[in-house]
Amino acid sequence: MEEGGATAKPRRATGRLCSTCNQRKAALKRPKTLEQICRECFYSVFEDEIHNVIMDNNLFKPGERVAVAASGGKDSTVLAYVMSELNRRHNYGLDLFLLSVDEGITGYRDDSLETVKRNEIEYGLPLKVVSYKDLYGWTMDEIVKTIGLKNNCTFCGVFRRQALDRGAALMKADKLVTGHNADDIAETVLLNILRGDIARLSRCTFITTGEDGPIPRCKPFKYTYEKEIVMYAYFKKLDYFSTECIYSPNAYRGFAREFIKDLERMRPRAILDIIRSGENFRTATSTKMPEQGTCERCGYISSQKLCKACLLLEGLNRGLPKLGIGRARGTNGLNKRVEQRNLRPERTGSSIESKQCGTLDF
Amino acid sequence: MASCGGRGGECHQSRCQRSEEDGGAEEEMRERVASLSVACDLPTSSATGDGALDRCTKCGETVAAAAPRAINGLCAACFRAYLFGKFKLAVTANAMISPTDNVLVAFSGDPASRVALQFVHEMQRLSLKNWDASKSQALPVFGVGVAFIDESAISICPLHETNKVIAQIRSIVSTLSPAHKELHIAPLENICSMSSTDGRIRLNELLDSVTDATGKEDFMKYLRMLTLQKIALDNGYSKLLLGSCTSTIACHVISATVKGQGYSLPGDVQYVDARWEVPVVLPLRDCTAEELSKLCHLDGLELLQLVKRPSNSINSLVSSFVARLRDENPSRERTIVRTAEKLRPFCFNKFVENTYHEFVPSRLRCKFQNINNSETALSEVLCPLCGSPLSEPEVQSLRNIQEKTPTLVENFTAHCCQSCSFQILPMGAESLQQFYTVLPQSVTVRVTGGTSDHSQLRELIGDCLLVDDDDDDDDDDDDDGT
Repeated sequence: MEEGGATAKPRRATGRLCSTCNQRKAALKRPKTLEQICRECFYSVFEDEIHNVIMDNNLFKPGERVAVAASGGKDSTVLAYVMSELNRRHNYGLDLFLLSVDEGITGYRDDSLETVKRNEIEYGLPLKVVSYKDLYGWTMDEIVKTIGLKNNCTFCGVFRRQALDRGAALMKADKLVTGHNADDIAETVLLNILRGDIARLSRCTFITTGEDGPIPRCKPFKYTYEKEIVMYAYFKKLDYFSTECIYSPNAYRGFAREFIKDLERMRPRAILDIIRSGENFRTATSTKMPEQGTCERCGYISSQKLCKACLLLEGLNRGLPKLGIGRARGTNGLNKRVEQRNLRPERTGSSIESKQCGTLDF
Repeated sequence: MASCGGRGGECHQSRCQRSEEDGGAEEEMRERVASLSVACDLPTSSATGDGALDRCTKCGETVAAAAPRAINGLCAACFRAYLFGKFKLAVTANAMISPTDNVLVAFSGDPASRVALQFVHEMQRLSLKNWDASKSQALPVFGVGVAFIDESAISICPLHETNKVIAQIRSIVSTLSPAHKELHIAPLENICSMSSTDGRIRLNELLDSVTDATGKEDFMKYLRMLTLQKIALDNGYSKLLLGSCTSTIACHVISATVKGQGYSLPGDVQYVDARWEVPVVLPLRDCTAEELSKLCHLDGLELLQLVKRPSNSINSLVSSFVARLRDENPSRERTIVRTAEKLRPFCFNKFVENTYHEFVPSRLRCKFQNINNSETALSEVLCPLCGSPLSEPEVQSLRNIQEKTPTLVENFTAHCCQSCSFQILPMGAESLQQFYTVLPQSVTVRVTGGTSDHSQLRELIGDCLLVDDDDDDDDDDDDDGT
C-alpha cells in the first residue's frame, strides 16, 4: 500500500502540475490509472466514479431506507462517509443509517465498534448494533473457547450474514450496502475459477444481489480500488480501525490476494479486467438457483429445512461443533444427509462475505 | 479403451539420449535404468528378487519398489496406456482425426508436443496395421506431417545452436516410421515477407512497436499460429494438432481472465477450434504437464533444449501462480480447466457433422459423442490481433465506428478487442499507422474482408450447406451423457 501514492506526495513536491486541472501541484499518483493528480481532483474523481456507478446501475430509489454495513474498517468507514456525502450532494433522498454487528470478540470488535460510534456522531448517521450474543446466545469468544480456532470463521461468516439481514429487517431497511471493493470482487472471481464454482462465478460480479430476498445488498465500491480507498481515508483523515481479527490473523493474505497485488503492480487495470471478464463469462443461462424457502426454526430464508445458522447453532448447543461444516462425513450418520443438503443454501451469493476472516480453503 | 493397452515395451526406446544439461543427471540415470528394467520385467511378470516389491494399482503386476512409480502408483506400462487412452478418447470422441485427414503436428520440442507427436505416430501406425490386415482397404490412413517454427530471427540463440536443434528434430522425425512424415521448418519471419532478410527486419520492427511485454508475447503467439496455419494451408493439411495440455490451458484460463478476455475464453479451451482456415485440435487437453514429462522421461523421448528468454510478463506471473497452486493441490489445474469447460463454447468449437464426413462411407464414420449442437451459429466478429470473438459491447462500438466511414487503420483498430487495443496496439495515430503498414498481410486481410466475418464465409459456401441453423438437427443428445 505504501509505494503507490501516499509516499509519492513528498517526492513530487518539486512541482509537476495535476494532469486533470493543470493548476494545482500533483500530490499523488492515482493507483487506478497512474495519472498524477492533486488531492482535490482525486477526491472529485473518486466520488464521481462512485456516483456514476450508483446512477448507471440504478442502485437506489428516492425515499429508500438504506443500511450501511459498518465494521469500523477502512472500506466501510469510507463507504459511510462517501454515501452520506453523495446523498447530500446529489439529493438521492436516502434515509441512511449505520448497521454494525458485534461478534463478541474482545480486543477486536469492541475497539472497532468504538470507531463506528465516533463516526455515528461525526457523520450524523444513526447506528444500530446487533450482537451475536443477542441473536444466537453465543459470542465469538465463547464459540472459539468451545470449538477452537478451526472452522471458527465459518461460524462467524454465516452468523454475520444473517445478523446483517436481521438488523436491517429490524430497522425496516430497504437495502443494505457493503464496502466490498474491486480488489475483493476480482479475488472472488479468481477463487471461484480455482474452485470450479461456476454458479457463483456467474453471480459474484453482480452489483446487487438478493433482489428476490427480503433485503437486497449492493456494492457501490464494485469498481473502486482498495488502494484508492485507503488513499481517500488517508487524505481525508478519516477515523478507521485497522487491526486484523485476532482469530484469523493473515487470513487476508491468501494466494489469490497476493497474486492480485502483484498483478496490480504490473498492470493496474488488471483488477478491472478481471471484473470485466467475470461479467462477460458466457455462463449457461440456466444456472440453477436453489429454491428459496424459509427456515422452520427461525423463519430466515433457506432452501433447506433449517438455515445454515440454525444448523451450526444446533451443533454448538448439542456439543457437535462439526455439524454443518464442510463436505465432511465427520458427524454421525443421521446428520449426514441434513448436513450435505445444507451445504448449498446459505453460501448462495455470499462468497465474499467471508472477506473479514476469509475462509479461503487452501 | 482396452485397445490402447499393451504398448508396454514396444514403443520404448532403448536408446535414450536425453541431454546432459538436465540437472541431477546421476539420479536421472538411475531412474532411467530402473524404468527400463520395469519395462523388461513386465511381460514375464517376474519379480526382481532384490529389495521391496510393490504392485501396480491397475494391473497388479509386481514391480520393484525402486522403479519410479508413475503417477497414482501405476507401473510404467499402465501409465503409458492411461495417457494414450486419454489422448485417444479425446481424438475419437471429438472426431478430431478422420481417415481422410492430413494432420500437421506442431512441434516445439517441449514434452507436451513431443508426446503429441509420439501418440499421433502410434495411432497412425495402428491404423496402418489395420489397413494392411483389412480385406477391403476402403478406409485410407490419415497422413502426418510435423511443423517446427524457427524463431532465430528474434531470439538470442546463436546460429550453430539453432542448426543443432534443427538437426535434432530431423533425427527425431526420421525415427518415427513406418509412414513417412514430412518435416516443415518455417522461420517466423516468413509471415512478414518471403525474403528472409526483409522478413527479419519487418518482424523486428513489428515486435518493437509493441511496448507491453505481455502484449508482445501474446502477439508472438498469434504470429506463430499464423505461421502454422500458413504451413498447413500451403501443404494441404486438413488439421493442425497442438500439444496444449491441462497445465498450459489452466494458465491460459487465468491469464485470459486477467486480461479481460472472459468473453472469448471458452473458445480457446475446447478440443476443437475451427475458427481458423485449418481447424486446430487439442487432444492432450486432459493430460497435465507433469504427466507428459513423466512419460517422456519413462520412454526416453528426446526433448529439445531451447533457450527460454527471461520474461516479466503477466503470462509468467500467472504461470508461477498456477505452479504455486499446483504445489498446494495437484489437481488444481484440472479444476481450473473444468471451470472454463463449463462456460458456453462458440459455434466454431465443433465440426459440423453434415459436411464433415463427405468422403467416408457411412459405416465408418466416427461418432460425435461430445458435441452439443445447441449453440446457434451466430457469426462472430474475430479480433484480427488475437482471433478472439468480440463481445457484444465491443461489436456495438465497432458498428458505431463503421457508420462514420473510417479509414483503413481506424477500421482495423476498431476490429481489435479491448485487450489487444490496450496491450498490442501502439498509442498515437502516427505509430499506429506505422504499425499497420508493417503488419503481415495475413493479419490485415482479416479485417478488409477476409475471414474475420463468418457470414461472408457462409455466403461463399452457402450453396453447399444443407441446413441454415445448426441447432435444429440434434435434439437427441441424450446418448452422449457418458
